[in-house]
Amino acid sequence: MNVLVLVKQIPDPNNPYQLANNRLKRDGGQNVLDPGDEFGVEAALQLTEANGGEVTVVSMGPESAMEAIRRALSMGAHKGVLISDDSLQGADALVTARVLAAAIKKTGFDLVIAGVESTDGSTGTVPGAIAELLGVPLASFAKHLEIKDTTLHIQRQTEKGYDDVESPLPAVLTVTAGVNEPRYPTFKGIMQAKSKPVEQLKVGDLGLSADEAKATQTVNEVTPAPARGAGEKFEDDGTGAAKVADFLKEAKVI
Amino acid sequence: MLATMDFRLSSEQEAFRQTVRDFAEKVIGPRAEEMDESGEFPVDIVLQMGELGLFGLPFPEVYGGAGADFTTLCVAIEELARVDSSMAITLEAGVGLGAMPLYLFGTEQQKQRWLVPLARGEKIAGFGLTEPEAGSDSGNTKTTAELGQGEWVINGTKAFITNVGTPISQHVTITARTAPDEISNIIVPVDAPGFTAGRKYKKLGWHASDTRELVFADARVPEENLLGARGEGFKNFLIILDAGRVAIGALAVGLTQGCVDMCVSYAKERKQFGKPIADFQAIAFKLADMSMSADLGRLAVYRAAWLHDQGLPFKREASVAKLYASEAAVTAAREAIQIHGGYGFMDEFAVSRFYRDAKVLEIGEGTSEVQRILISRDLLGG
Ligand SMILES: Cc1cc2nc3c(=O)[nH]c(=O)nc-3n(C[C@H](O)[C@H](O)[C@H](O)COP(=O)(O)OP(=O)(O)OC[C@H]3O[C@@H](n4cnc5c(N)ncnc54)[C@H](O)[C@@H]3O)c2cc1C
Repeated sequence: MNVLVLVKQIPDPNNPYQLANNRLKRDGGQNVLDPGDEFGVEAALQLTEANGGEVTVVSMGPESAMEAIRRALSMGAHKGVLISDDSLQGADALVTARVLAAAIKKTGFDLVIAGVESTDGSTGTVPGAIAELLGVPLASFAKHLEIKDTTLHIQRQTEKGYDDVESPLPAVLTVTAGVNEPRYPTFKGIMQAKSKPVEQLKVGDLGLSADEAKATQTVNEVTPAPARGAGEKFEDDGTGAAKVADFLKEAKVI
Repeated sequence: MLATMDFRLSSEQEAFRQTVRDFAEKVIGPRAEEMDESGEFPVDIVLQMGELGLFGLPFPEVYGGAGADFTTLCVAIEELARVDSSMAITLEAGVGLGAMPLYLFGTEQQKQRWLVPLARGEKIAGFGLTEPEAGSDSGNTKTTAELGQGEWVINGTKAFITNVGTPISQHVTITARTAPDEISNIIVPVDAPGFTAGRKYKKLGWHASDTRELVFADARVPEENLLGARGEGFKNFLIILDAGRVAIGALAVGLTQGCVDMCVSYAKERKQFGKPIADFQAIAFKLADMSMSADLGRLAVYRAAWLHDQGLPFKREASVAKLYASEAAVTAAREAIQIHGGYGFMDEFAVSRFYRDAKVLEIGEGTSEVQRILISRDLLGG
């Protein structure tokens, strides 16, 4: 089974972010493999350990995104694909989906795994767009997954619980942070990652036109979310509990 | 071309440092306070450290190791100690003292049998040198081993031994007198008849590390459990201790760095007289001194580890690294409490644990006095 995992390098979320031209600054500070993607890598490793096959990690990003790919390889993935092209600077979600879908098609796949959304951009739209472009089903928000015969079974996280969802393969799958416990790379894994193959592609290698690789979205302004208000205080004169309960009811929390 | 001097670790070593740091912060950190309070040896965490390959770092893959080197082991010990000394000493003693004698002095058969489970991180082992009457004077061994009918019959007591009384302990390698003026090393599995790992000591620090008295009362092991040549046991154990000192230095550096990191964030947050205490020069200068001592200790430790990996002499450098880094750690932990004020004296703040954990670094694997004897002897001869 060929499992592809989409991974992204992001600025370390533990550090404060910086903007340049309304876009996240990606150079300078420390970058890491998006922690949300580690769940995808782990899910892919578990699937191929159980069912055989290979894990390929695919990333679009600057040259430095190679580090994110190496990190996934050191966890145990078999090979990588990095699409890095100056013309992709400032790519929006749609361009990203087109580029990744083309690379996925070129590589061949039974299953594509991604995180629910990236930790930095958080649009959450790329996996769905890729599924559409590939013409395969999207199984999203998996908190548990299994492959029986050639059918993917997932528990799809909902607000109240989960739905049991089945999908034929090939498919695109997104996994939540609760799906597994990602492994740590061992020293051996880190050493082996050095010699694993990583294919490096340009937009031209993917058969995409310049127009298809051009962003149609522009970010005009970025404003910080409003600071949270002071909150409401209830003096407890014996009716405190009732007041809190009324407040929660009004907020539709209970 | 001039040979270049390069103070950087390889990118793989740096990547591995990050792995161990993440592991320490996410897996060990949240349990450290509870482990310190209960004094329980956390088997599950130690086995996870094994899965990460920590216990096999300096050993070749044929023996279940990771094929890294001694420097990488020091980096791992340092990163664990930045979060918790008990797990750092469990690794240090497990590899440096428990497994290393087999790797250096074992026959191929002994390595396969005893080293492989250790390097894979499935079992741990101990190093039994210290006795009630043989501390700094570690050659004053009273334990005896007599050979008869293909078996060693061992009698005596070992004091303060690490890693032998846990559910995953495999054996202890000891020094014993095999003749009045002859000390040899013998492998004693924990289930040998006549052997007991006695009660746990109550200690000032290192609470989750296993430290016990070992009792040998006509303990019997097969003749083939002799490790290394007969009569070489004391000399061989001193060789083990040379590298062990560097590893203790790494533990001390990690503890110091942990103090730096905790104090920097505390000093920026804690306000008195209307400003963060970091704004008071008295506090800021303490941080500068602490950070400098972490740096210098690290340089000394990595130099000694590098010499060792190159196969160059490193005895003196090992003593320098251990002595400097351990005394710096004790000072750093004391100042860390001072920076935290009364909160630092409370168990909820990790600095109080670091303070209790630091002291033993000036004692184990050769006291500060012994290190000064070794360094001055190197200067003065004799
Ligand atoms: C938590 C812990 C774990 C340990 N784990 C192990 C282990 O796994 N295996 C093992 O074999 N040992 C272990 N030890 C023992 C440790 O190595 C000894 O405690 C140490 O070597 C000191 O010996 P001692 O305690 O007998 O002190 P002593 O030798 O009695 O020293 C008392 C004091 O006298 C000083 N002194 C002694 N001789 C001289 C001298 N000639 N000149 C100047 N000053 C001197 C010492 O420096 C010290 O200040 C452990 C100890 C501890 C506390």
